[in-house]
Amino acid sequence: MKFAVIQFPGSNCDQDCIAGINSIEGLRAEYVWHKEESLDGFDAIVLPGGFSYGDYLRCGAIARFSPIMQSVLKEARAGKLVIGICNGFQILCEVGLLPGALVRNRSLHFVCEMVNVRVEVADTAFTRGYPVGAVLRIPIAHGEGCYFADEATLRDLNAYRQIILRYSDPQGRIVPEANPNGSIENIAGICNRAGNVFGLMPHPDRACEARLGSADGAKIFRSMLQTISAGEARAA
Amino acid sequence: MKVKIVVTPKAAVLDPQGAAVRDAMQHLGMPEVREVRVGKYLEIEVDGKNGDIEKRLHDLCRDLLSNPVIEDYELIEESK
Repeated sequence: MKFAVIQFPGSNCDQDCIAGINSIEGLRAEYVWHKEESLDGFDAIVLPGGFSYGDYLRCGAIARFSPIMQSVLKEARAGKLVIGICNGFQILCEVGLLPGALVRNRSLHFVCEMVNVRVEVADTAFTRGYPVGAVLRIPIAHGEGCYFADEATLRDLNAYRQIILRYSDPQGRIVPEANPNGSIENIAGICNRAGNVFGLMPHPDRACEARLGSADGAKIFRSMLQTISAGEARAA
Repeated sequence: MKVKIVVTPKAAVLDPQGAAVRDAMQHLGMPEVREVRVGKYLEIEVDGKNGDIEKRLHDLCRDLLSNPVIEDYELIEESK
């Protein structure tokens, strides 16, 4: 099964994504330069972390107009799995595939640390390897990861079970002290209404091997693999 | 034609940068400062003045220059 990792000018976690995904049996990841226009032959799409276009104007604001994004939009609407990590999450919000936006961390600090996130919905294309309430250790590294959505959007996100991950303490309690960036309702990751587009600030690509601190992130990619294998998402 | 565009965070959006600037101003002897919101200011020069330039500028303000989810914008046209 083949995953595309989109490279924008300024992406810097593209190699982490390639290494993380390639470490999983049954998965192969390949770079796709943002000026390409086709994603034919790929079973899933990964928008990696980094600082596309230097974060000029707003994070992800310019990357969303890259040529490849037309294809990402088309494939996402056709039901292919799309995961946006960190800067990739910001791009998915800017392009309108996910609701809300990511703004400056409440602390104003760039936060680079291991955090705990709780799985809120387990039967998704991205979390089928986890039970509800499972606590994952996955690192974050961002300055603009404070999730914001207006009240109506937030109501919908909750009603349609689109909030997939929340920052928690190691026991799985959703408390303010576990919130590293000021995100509304401790939101760390959300999906679209259809459930095939997922954005998250934590880096599963950096948590694919126990000797690097955690292998909890690998299950997210493995879950995508299982979903596609089971024919529950559109493949290449 | 010259236009100025001011982009500001919406009232409901947290502006920690503004809060830090407010704190610094208070610290520097101006306790009267109640609130600071930090936005962006763009100066844009445009060739010509076709009928639809203003509409296209507004379109780009919404699509690119600001994010309507978190920001408001104001477009000011300079007469000369």
